[in-house]
Amino acid sequence: MDVLLPRSLEEALALKAERPEAIPLAGGTDLMVELNFGRLRPAAIIDLTRVSQLATHHQENGDVFLGAGLTYAAIVKELPDFKPLVQASRSVGSPQIRHRGTVGGNLGTASPAGDALPVLAAYDADVVLRSQARGERSLPWHAFLRGPKKTALAADELILGTRWKRLRGPGSFSKIGTRNAMVIAVAGLCLVVDEDGRRVNVALGSVGPTIIRASQAEAQIASVMGSSGAWQDPSTTVPDQAIDEFAELVASAARPLDDVRGTAAYRRHGCRVLARRALTWSLNERRLPTWL
Amino acid sequence: MVVRTRVNGDRHEAEVWPGASLLTFLREQLGLYGSKNACEQGECGSCSVWLDGALVCSCLVLAAQAQDREVRTIEGLSDAGRLHPIQEAFVEAGAVQCGFCTPGFVVAVADLLEKDPHPSPATIREALSGNICRCTGYQKIVDAVELAATRLRGGT
Repeated sequence: MDVLLPRSLEEALALKAERPEAIPLAGGTDLMVELNFGRLRPAAIIDLTRVSQLATHHQENGDVFLGAGLTYAAIVKELPDFKPLVQASRSVGSPQIRHRGTVGGNLGTASPAGDALPVLAAYDADVVLRSQARGERSLPWHAFLRGPKKTALAADELILGTRWKRLRGPGSFSKIGTRNAMVIAVAGLCLVVDEDGRRVNVALGSVGPTIIRASQAEAQIASVMGSSGAWQDPSTTVPDQAIDEFAELVASAARPLDDVRGTAAYRRHGCRVLARRALTWSLNERRLPTWL
Repeated sequence: MVVRTRVNGDRHEAEVWPGASLLTFLREQLGLYGSKNACEQGECGSCSVWLDGALVCSCLVLAAQAQDREVRTIEGLSDAGRLHPIQEAFVEAGAVQCGFCTPGFVVAVADLLEKDPHPSPATIREALSGNICRCTGYQKIVDAVELAATRLRGGT
């Protein structure tokens, strides 16, 4: 086994082109477990923790870019304005895990339980990839995440990060698990309101082979908010019945399985509860006067 | 491969299997047995160390990732055979039973108290959420943290 230790992005891409079989390693919270338990013996590992260009974030023309090497601890510290993302980051593992785990790791591992992924999906984020031979390309999150633990990443490519358009409006991430820390979600949900586009985006994690957008629920609530006048006037009450219907449509979008962490029925119920809470939080937040 | 790193202020260099974790390197190459090997999947926190000042599970760090970096372990806390005030507080509060998890807890507590000398009970529990104890329950550990925090702030 060879361990490659590039110190710049250029060097990392050159090494990945030369050794396409090399497995990228960042925080190690997934890969090291496989190594420790003898389940994986790669021919080569490429360590990305010295590639400082990956551990950056910036904002430009209303877009936000998160580098693949940003840890969850760094997000919590450096990006407090991005509430749903910070809430998801805070819910990852433990302090030890948050100091190591990265957004790029969630993307590369492509587990439907990756806590950052519903947030990226709710914002319709693109995943930015680069290879030495073909340069940079961007894929919508759903084209990148092709299935459980399957991505569209080519063998000579590395994940640079993810980019999305900043939206004006409230939002949240919440998840259900057996305790408040060190928990792999039984169900996770990110809801974001796009005041300018008059949309409510809802993404679900841990309740299907990959991240799921609840499109029918999104259309239903956007239309109710349109006909009731809630888009123009945030103080307008959205009827309880419409919130129930929204939660039901979110639950029916889930495609859960029974497994060791929960039954399919419980996961679906969890989606219903999370959806109702998240929508209520956001509607309440819209009602707050702007000077608060 | 040869890994060169600085541990508790001293330079170390040792030959290690390229797939080995930092925990294995510390225990088997350097003979630093304070960091414990239990779950090997980042769940239990008994291998907690600092890597360039950040609290991490050393089982999830590839030894090679520590190349030319600064590692601090539980052995770096006590000074010339004298217990660190956090260690003393653990003894006095009865926060130690079998003791296996204790080094990881002490490291996590030291990390907390360096950042927040006056943590609330909720902050303490959150800061220790990555460490598992299977003997004591957690109340006496929380008591020990409060005792240590008071002493480190200069109280009695």
